[in-house]
Amino acid sequence: MFGKLSLDAVPYHEPIIMGTLAIIVLGGIAVLAAITRYGKWGYLWKEWFTSVDHKRIGVMYIIMALVMLLRGFADAIMMRLQQALASNDAAGYLPPHHYDQIFTAHGVIMIFFMAMPFIIGLMNIIVPLQIGARDVAYPFLNSLSFWLSAVGVILIMLSMFVGDFAATGWLAYPPLSELGYSPTVGVDYYIWALQISGLGTTLTGINFIVTILRMRAPGMSLMQMPVFTWTALVANVLIVAAFPVLTATLALLTADRYLDMHFFTNELGGNAMMYINLIWVWGHPEVYILILPCFGAFSEIISTFSGKPLFGYKSMVYATVSIGVLSFMVWLHHFFTMGSGANVNAFFGIMTMIISVPTGVKLFNWLFTMYRGRIRFTAPVYWTIGFMVTFVIGGVTGVLMAVPAADFVLHNSLFLIAHFHNVIIGGVVFGCIAAMNFWFPKAFGFTLNEKLGKASFWCWLVGFYLAFMPVYVLGFKGMTRRMNHYANPEWHPYLVVAFIGAVVIMAGIALTVLQLAVSIKDRKKNLDLTGDPWGGRTLEWSTSSPPPFYNFAHVPKITSLEHYWDEKESGKAAQVGRYEDIHMPRNTGAGVIIAGFGFLLTFGLVWHIWWLAIIGLAGMIGTFIARSYDRDVDYYVSAKEVERIESAHFTQMKEVA
Amino acid sequence: MSTTVATHIHDAHAHHDDGSKTLLGFWIYLMSDCLIFSVLFATFGVLAANTAGGPSGKELFELPYVFGETMLLLISSFTFGGAMLAMNAGRKNQVVAWLLVTFVFGAGFIGMELYEFAKLIHEGAGPNRSAFLSAYFTLVGTHGLHVTCGLIWILIMTHMVARFGLDGVVKRRLSCLSLFWHFLDLVWICVFTFVYLRGVL
Repeated sequence: MFGKLSLDAVPYHEPIIMGTLAIIVLGGIAVLAAITRYGKWGYLWKEWFTSVDHKRIGVMYIIMALVMLLRGFADAIMMRLQQALASNDAAGYLPPHHYDQIFTAHGVIMIFFMAMPFIIGLMNIIVPLQIGARDVAYPFLNSLSFWLSAVGVILIMLSMFVGDFAATGWLAYPPLSELGYSPTVGVDYYIWALQISGLGTTLTGINFIVTILRMRAPGMSLMQMPVFTWTALVANVLIVAAFPVLTATLALLTADRYLDMHFFTNELGGNAMMYINLIWVWGHPEVYILILPCFGAFSEIISTFSGKPLFGYKSMVYATVSIGVLSFMVWLHHFFTMGSGANVNAFFGIMTMIISVPTGVKLFNWLFTMYRGRIRFTAPVYWTIGFMVTFVIGGVTGVLMAVPAADFVLHNSLFLIAHFHNVIIGGVVFGCIAAMNFWFPKAFGFTLNEKLGKASFWCWLVGFYLAFMPVYVLGFKGMTRRMNHYANPEWHPYLVVAFIGAVVIMAGIALTVLQLAVSIKDRKKNLDLTGDPWGGRTLEWSTSSPPPFYNFAHVPKITSLEHYWDEKESGKAAQVGRYEDIHMPRNTGAGVIIAGFGFLLTFGLVWHIWWLAIIGLAGMIGTFIARSYDRDVDYYVSAKEVERIESAHFTQMKEVA
Repeated sequence: MSTTVATHIHDAHAHHDDGSKTLLGFWIYLMSDCLIFSVLFATFGVLAANTAGGPSGKELFELPYVFGETMLLLISSFTFGGAMLAMNAGRKNQVVAWLLVTFVFGAGFIGMELYEFAKLIHEGAGPNRSAFLSAYFTLVGTHGLHVTCGLIWILIMTHMVARFGLDGVVKRRLSCLSLFWHFLDLVWICVFTFVYLRGVL
């Protein structure tokens, strides 16, 4: 009846897990009670869960990402503590099986459920505003994408308390991830969490490509798009080109585990190296999917706060596109040790060195943008400069490992761990937080506390160097990754320093949370009444903060790259005129319902509860079909309503002036 | 009143209900689907020789049977063309008729494929026998799964044409379905060439 699921699946005997469960259950009850107490269920359902407004979907993505940042970081600091303790005779406090799940979950969560939702959330909030659109191309699919990702998050959180999670490392290499070596449901949770959120991501990719190609304001040519939109376009092309490979690869692993096939098994002709090739054909573009939009955000920030147009806009665009193309030609550098021969390794080594060139171009562009600018040192600029310094170090160690001969020594060592944390924390995390500080007033109508933002930055920066510079050294000293315990006392002091670094980062995260809390409390003092708190250059700053749900009362006619800036300079910024009815998509609960059935499907598949899986699949398809019969999917906002909203905004602006 | 209607029509073209946007998105989706098939073809290419002592394609495949299957699918593509021509001519009943004919040919194709699969499994050449057979069943089966989805979609579109007539939304969806159906045809031609023809060589 319940497949493999029984009460034994709950790990009662693990005090750490049960403690976490208690906290989550109590916290959850508190939140649900508060929502009920203040009667906010209807509001949440009508205004948020069923919303097809790209700004609200973006906000929900980022909230999800921040929550998962806490979970992923909890995993990180547990690992750091374990390694700081488990030297020589000490066993530490995490048994190997639990530790293996933690490092797997940490990687999976940070990439798929922290970084990806954050990036997609930012694109959701900003891209339509930057191109002068009123929504994305397919608003309903956008809502569906979000809720499918949310199901992935729920599965991965649930795996902690019901059953277990994969203990294979974040890419679940076979044959370890095959049924013979991973007989529990851990890898199944992994597969289905990634499949369902990956489906959402692919749909997002299609959605944003069409949005950017087809919904730009009249007059905006491709070479007049803001750089963030360019990076978003390339990132979404990469999503559409890479995620299907992940889907297919995981499907083959699923066939091995569920249908007794032999793609990656040791026996009957399977080939495990094929999985490793395929997964990195997705995996390498994936890191560029994450970093490119961050590059875009840094570009907008540095240009805005230097008070200058971005230096070398065209070279920035070409650099972004070439990184996008090259990202598909470097995947083999993740396993030079496969033994594909010197010539193949040399090719991928050289390609890897080449891909660092456009990234270098970008750095020089940012430097030249700052050169002779009147730089305002706000929190986003702190993050940007911190990024520029840190990312260069990470890039250099990456090029170092691109030399196949060096890689044979460094492969699987902590040097690699330090390298990719250096680029991902220094690039993606710094980028996301910088973007959050920069665009927060646009999304919510008030600015974030600067002092706490800067304090958070210093903790992150110092904590990062404390945590990862020793890890580089450990790599040279021969320590390999994913060790639960080690017998070399020489490593111990470095790991203690790394743990202290993680604690400093924790302070940084706490300060970010505090920053949000204090800013929300003091919001009345920091209101952004003009819609343009930083003296922005791109179109999103031309509308009010937060923007009305239709974004723009008049779709602007674009005449130059920095259209909004030029209009402000020539004193034409405020647009008035006759208002027209605006065509908008209607909210729909179909996305939530389909994702709900998706949860039943994937949960049923994880535990081999076939009837539940069938109900889930039938429900998903049925709801989708029912939705296709719904003909009432859009409506018109009357010109009068638009006028009322717009004149309120103008009155506000006049009061400020 | 007439001016508001005019604005609405103008606005509709500028922002929503614009069929070209849906078609572009659907093309991009098809390309992403194409990549899934590329992975499966590449996998088949790598594993085709790994029969692990089991039967090879040469021993298993019956070309005339598969050729018959192929013809059914190709004809169904032709008949779908008939549906599209009727749609452009605005003949609702003809569209329904052509769609049903397409459905019959598509269902025939799936029936033949299922029979072939059952026969192979019965002979002890199931997907768990060797890496070659795993790759074969997955590649051909994924195509079959797509065709099955297409069949369900055809039925729904038949109902929609009958119920709503040939309005903008229905036409747009029929165009997408048409792309999907011809795309599956193309994929099948690759399957026929690289799996079956190469297999019996």
